[in-house]
Amino acid sequence: MNPNTIVSLPDQSTARIPKDNYITRENGILSWLLTGDHKRIAILYLISLSFFFFIGGALAGLIRLELLTPQADLMATDTYNKVFTMHGVIMIFFFLVPSVPATLGNFFIPMMIGAKDLALPKINLLSWYLYMAGGLLAIYTMATGGVDTGWTFTTPLSTHYVNTNVLTTGLAAFIAGFSSIFTGLNFIVTIHKMRAPGMTWFRLPLFVWAHYAASILMVLATPVVAIAIVLIALERTIGIGIFDPTKGGDPLLFQHLFWFYSHPAVYIMILPGMGVISEVISTFSRKRVFGYTAVAFSSVAIAVFGFFVWAHHMFIMGISNYAVLIFSLLTMLVAVPSAIKIFNWTFTLYKGSITFETPMLYAFGFLGLFTIGGMTGVFLGTSGTDIHLTETYFIVAHFHFVMVGGMLMAFLSGIHFWWPKMTGRMYPEKISQMAAVITFVGFNLTFFPQFILGTLGMPRRYASYPPEFQVLNVFSTAGATILGVGYMLPVLYLLWSLKYGEIAGNNPWQATGLEWQTQSPPLTENFTTMPVMDHEAYDYEWLEKQNQAQQQEEVPHAG
Amino acid sequence: MDHISPTIWQFLVKWLTNFALFPPEASKIAPQMDALYFFMVLVSLIGLTIVVLLIVSFSILYSKRRHPIAVQIEGSTLLEATWTIIPLGLFLVMFVWGALIYFRVYTPPANSMNIYVVGKQWMWKAEHPGGQHEINALHIPTGQPIQLTLISQDVFHSFSIPAFRVKREAIPGRYTTVWFEATTPGTYHLFCTQYCGTDHSHMTGDIVVLTPEEFKKWLASSTSGASLAQNGERLFASLSCAACHNARPDARGPSLANVYGAKLTLANGERVTADEAYLRQSILNPSEHITQGYAPIMPTYQGQVSEEGVIALIEYIKNLDSDYRIQQTLTTTDLLPESERTAPAGKTSTKQGPVAKGTVKP
Repeated sequence: MNPNTIVSLPDQSTARIPKDNYITRENGILSWLLTGDHKRIAILYLISLSFFFFIGGALAGLIRLELLTPQADLMATDTYNKVFTMHGVIMIFFFLVPSVPATLGNFFIPMMIGAKDLALPKINLLSWYLYMAGGLLAIYTMATGGVDTGWTFTTPLSTHYVNTNVLTTGLAAFIAGFSSIFTGLNFIVTIHKMRAPGMTWFRLPLFVWAHYAASILMVLATPVVAIAIVLIALERTIGIGIFDPTKGGDPLLFQHLFWFYSHPAVYIMILPGMGVISEVISTFSRKRVFGYTAVAFSSVAIAVFGFFVWAHHMFIMGISNYAVLIFSLLTMLVAVPSAIKIFNWTFTLYKGSITFETPMLYAFGFLGLFTIGGMTGVFLGTSGTDIHLTETYFIVAHFHFVMVGGMLMAFLSGIHFWWPKMTGRMYPEKISQMAAVITFVGFNLTFFPQFILGTLGMPRRYASYPPEFQVLNVFSTAGATILGVGYMLPVLYLLWSLKYGEIAGNNPWQATGLEWQTQSPPLTENFTTMPVMDHEAYDYEWLEKQNQAQQQEEVPHAG
Repeated sequence: MDHISPTIWQFLVKWLTNFALFPPEASKIAPQMDALYFFMVLVSLIGLTIVVLLIVSFSILYSKRRHPIAVQIEGSTLLEATWTIIPLGLFLVMFVWGALIYFRVYTPPANSMNIYVVGKQWMWKAEHPGGQHEINALHIPTGQPIQLTLISQDVFHSFSIPAFRVKREAIPGRYTTVWFEATTPGTYHLFCTQYCGTDHSHMTGDIVVLTPEEFKKWLASSTSGASLAQNGERLFASLSCAACHNARPDARGPSLANVYGAKLTLANGERVTADEAYLRQSILNPSEHITQGYAPIMPTYQGQVSEEGVIALIEYIKNLDSDYRIQQTLTTTDLLPESERTAPAGKTSTKQGPVAKGTVKP
């Protein structure tokens, strides 16, 4: 066996994709649009997410192009404002929030816990339709003039001062919010009620734990942003005055409501990504995740603390100094579980047997970039330095390190990791390793200079800037070009692999999760017999014994 | 290198020499904040180095080629405790250090000079106490604590001076404050950092720091003829505030002499301190802020007086130290706008003893 890889594929000359699987079971477009199968819905999500990511990415390209020069010369400031607003709205509500949960979570949570489907398949399909309705409404909004409030919809700008499509954009986010609530609800019910015999809470893969924590956030936090959006609509249409100081309202109240959702939302985005990293690092180092319980509980800790830090977005807004003190302290506390995770993943490598396939490279990228993203978050959670760094490119760099460097890396890691299971075929390894490296380099070149720009004081959401900031902006734009290449490559070779990729077999990575102990692509009902969990998660010795038993069974046939 | 065209060469030189990596430190708080900033950079670098070194060395030592069979390890409570407690300790140090700086930035010293700043789409308007006003610029002296009292006339704005490491949101309907003491003369960037609509990126300006002598010259050359309080006095007269707030025994409104900073009892029994925010509210929304013993007859001035006007009125009220001053305002009403040029705080009269603040009148 090749010492550089763990990939074990069936003999390509005889191997076939199983005739009956969730893709071939039924045919026709309606069989997809009316499906209740969690795997098909996950594929629907994957296709639509990629579409929205492409649009959001193109908008990001326009932003970087405008910032190549200090003057606002590519587009008028109004256009620029619309472009960054739509970039934020699309990327956050229609890519980052649903990305891992709606695709990989949808596909693999039932399989990992040994279930046939999610608990509520029709609600699952409804989630996708709501998501599409919201997403298409957002695109429609963009096509008919766009919106320029920033994705944060800050009042009173959004209620009294802009004439763009605030209501339809708000409605789009509102609808997408329900999609998110239903997905979270579905996961919670499924994880509680649908686990296979023997699948206790502490035998769950950490991917499931992370999704459980994120689901709690989705269900509890999302309604608050829905309320905030409804209040904006009421303020714009009938002027109820809740955010209007001239009517005795409080414009800052909106930010409390908005961040009460939008801060937990960043954990909705990152926790599922952390789940992916746990699976990938364990598989490619052939080891149980170091400190399983610590990692599991740190997800829950992040979810719980995540609810009580929202006002750290408002340190300079004239809220009470003592409130700042408390929110700053709580922010420090929420940083600790993330640090715990980083060290546990790192020590999972210790005495492992490590290989460097693409998912692992993305996971390494995640570890480095998320560490930087997390540490710079502490700069912003520290009230003193927040004064100088907030509302500048420092904050832009920080959340792109967490969201793009962290979440997107985790998403790509997961897509490559589970691609053989989802499609039955391998992606081409060499070119995808190259794409992972290109993404990493491009990412750093794009976003690292933005930390320096932020420290210099360059404000975010500026179409023009003083000339001494240009050099760093040119670096950033150059990096974005490389990053764009890094993102286009997977689209191309993954599509290519659908037809030409090697046949993957059941378990190409020799991973331990239940999802790998069945055919690829799986049957509609996932398993032929109800799986029984008789071992811990990430038990590679169990897998070894299984393989030996199988070989012994096969030997007489071969003879 | 002689093949590079001179134009490109000049451009490159200009580009690379005009290249900033760290902002200037031009206020007293800046070095303190930077000390914390570099402490955090150091901790981050150490943390990142540890993580990267561990990943790289584990990847080399335990690659499948060298280490074909993994050793299963459950975890280690000792290590878990280590990487819980050490980061937590460091984060707490940052928290305390940061909070100390935060409180310093937002607690102005008593001897600071107050300048009002009004933000509006898309400009900053600064009002000096001497009546000098400037747009998208702020002239200040070194060595003098400056307090800014900020308000927005429309949407949220944010007043940011990177070279001073200070920033404060300008909020509609509410005063916020920040202070700083400039140390180095020069011209620095002023940015609006809160997204505020179409021309957000043009809502910038210059902070001009002068030596105290130059600042005095600048004040003298930029005077508009009347101080902020004098402008307030004219407004006070023209809005007929003095019809009720006339400090006569039968006045329908309370006397405003020495009201600034006083503790008042309101009609609803609430005890308040008459600070800028209170004075602003009782001009714009008087029915909610009736002093005990007075009828709620004052009309609202919402929409009739701009934020600058309110500031001028407040500045006038702040300088009222006797009823005599108010009555003097009354007598000069006819002479508007050429009222007499008395320094508001200059005259002290004891002809009529100042009426106790918030006194109930028959």
